[in-house]
Amino acid sequence: MAETFPADSVGLVTPQVAHFDDPFTFANGAVLQSHQLVYETYGELNSAGDNAVLICHALSGSHHAAGFHSADERRPGWWDLAIGPGKPIDTNRLFVVCSNNLGCCDGSSGPNTTNPGTGEPWGGQFPQPQVQDWVRSQKLLAEHLGLSKWAAVIGGSLGGMQALQWTIDFPDWVGHCVALAAAPGLTAQNIAFNEIARHAILSDPDWCEGAYLSEGTLPARGVALARMVGHLTYMSADGMSDRFGRELREGGFSPEENAEWVFQVESYLRHQGSRFSTQFDANTYVLMTRALDLFDLTGSQDGGLAAVLSRAQAEFLVASFSSDWRFPPQRSIEIRDALMAAGKPVTYANIETDNGHDGFLLPNPHYEQLLKEWMRRVGPL
Amino acid sequence: MNRLDLKTVLGWVPKDSRVLDLGCGDGAFLARLRDERNVIGVGVDIDPVNLIAAVSKGLDVIQEDINDGLYCFTTNRFDVVVLAHALQELTHPHIALERMVDIGDEAIVSFPNFGHWLCRAHLGFKGRMPMSRAMPRHWYNTPNIHFCTVKDFESLCSDLKIDIIERATIAGAAQGLLGRWFPNLFATSAIYRIRRAGG
Repeated sequence: MAETFPADSVGLVTPQVAHFDDPFTFANGAVLQSHQLVYETYGELNSAGDNAVLICHALSGSHHAAGFHSADERRPGWWDLAIGPGKPIDTNRLFVVCSNNLGCCDGSSGPNTTNPGTGEPWGGQFPQPQVQDWVRSQKLLAEHLGLSKWAAVIGGSLGGMQALQWTIDFPDWVGHCVALAAAPGLTAQNIAFNEIARHAILSDPDWCEGAYLSEGTLPARGVALARMVGHLTYMSADGMSDRFGRELREGGFSPEENAEWVFQVESYLRHQGSRFSTQFDANTYVLMTRALDLFDLTGSQDGGLAAVLSRAQAEFLVASFSSDWRFPPQRSIEIRDALMAAGKPVTYANIETDNGHDGFLLPNPHYEQLLKEWMRRVGPL
Repeated sequence: MNRLDLKTVLGWVPKDSRVLDLGCGDGAFLARLRDERNVIGVGVDIDPVNLIAAVSKGLDVIQEDINDGLYCFTTNRFDVVVLAHALQELTHPHIALERMVDIGDEAIVSFPNFGHWLCRAHLGFKGRMPMSRAMPRHWYNTPNIHFCTVKDFESLCSDLKIDIIERATIAGAAQGLLGRWFPNLFATSAIYRIRRAGG
């Protein structure tokens, strides 16, 4: 990393921590006596307080959405593509907030932080959060920041679902909502993939019933396998063929090479798995996938999704990615159609891409232009 | 907007109404309706470049193939549904027309008239499919797969139990009156205000 940051980068950013000393009650009844959220902000809040935008992260995301933590950090935050001066979420104009969800492992209260009741890491004892819990905890953060409204709440995948949840839980808080590669709820296939990931973790001998931090072990093999399965569902078959084909990373098929080989795609998945296994907390992965499984906007509400979304007061941008098979375009279309049936203003695009579910994180001219043009209606003119 | 006689259509769209523009292109027409007639507009277009252009005008646009039946739009959601010079490009024009008069209280449709005397002359004397400045493509690579004449359209409306409220025609400068009196022969394009019969 060079000494200076790119001109369209938010540059050096420092995570901040908000402490909450009042008890927080989860949807399932569990209570945290106190908790903390780690978050980052980019841009300046204006005096009218009407330019604040909330970014919700996906399954394995964090509060580090843009910029760099240090001059030698190799890669910027996970959505640096979209956030920065002159970028679609323009920090010259907007005050951008991204928080690490409650129960995650990047500094907010979660399984890898200390349970004040026992002095030990929470481990498997941390309460199971749901998407509506995250929305309520983010509202506490917003009030802590002196806000009374979000000009927009924006997210992709799980973050998109969280953005939608915001619009129905606190309708008068959300002026605009961007839901990318999202779904109104998980399908049996989605839950099945999450269960495979959890099973990989729970069957690792180093899992120790979730108490691996206290036991001094790490279920790295289980987390790596969980990530490999998850990562596979983020890519499209065509995208993988283009990127890896049948290329070999090392070795060969011939007897001289001892018939030992590694395909590029194997090497890539192993790398993704192993890197993730030392960076991401296993309990958090279990909690996050369960939070996803529990997500169901429609619930048992009469009138279905349209009746639920009729509560919203926001204007919506819904976008899907053509080769996404984790949350395929059809799921976004369900959201779009329900919003239209509820009479809500909505723009919908299906972005043509081979990037699969990861499409919302990766460069694509149409996607970036669309987001940029749509975002012009967010915040003061 | 040159696909449609803008003055005519502006006059047919009530102030403060809700308008759905099918094949909205870059959104210029909808933006004008919004700015001049305080219309709440929604566009539909399949092309991503058009979509971005329309969104940049502050419009809401749905990226959707009209041929898929427009089932995302529920009945009576719009006051006016517009389909400007795209009828002849649709796979099933008759289904689209029915959807339009269901979705909107009224619909506005325009199309090039294949019964125009120049088209007839082209086919009749040259024995070749007509080509002109307005229809510059060969028969095999034109997006226009369902040409019709003024008579054809009116007969289809009658079959579909769709009422024609008003008709306007566009003809060459010298043929304005002829276009109005004998539209099937002299109108280069026709614009219709239609609605579900009994609606």
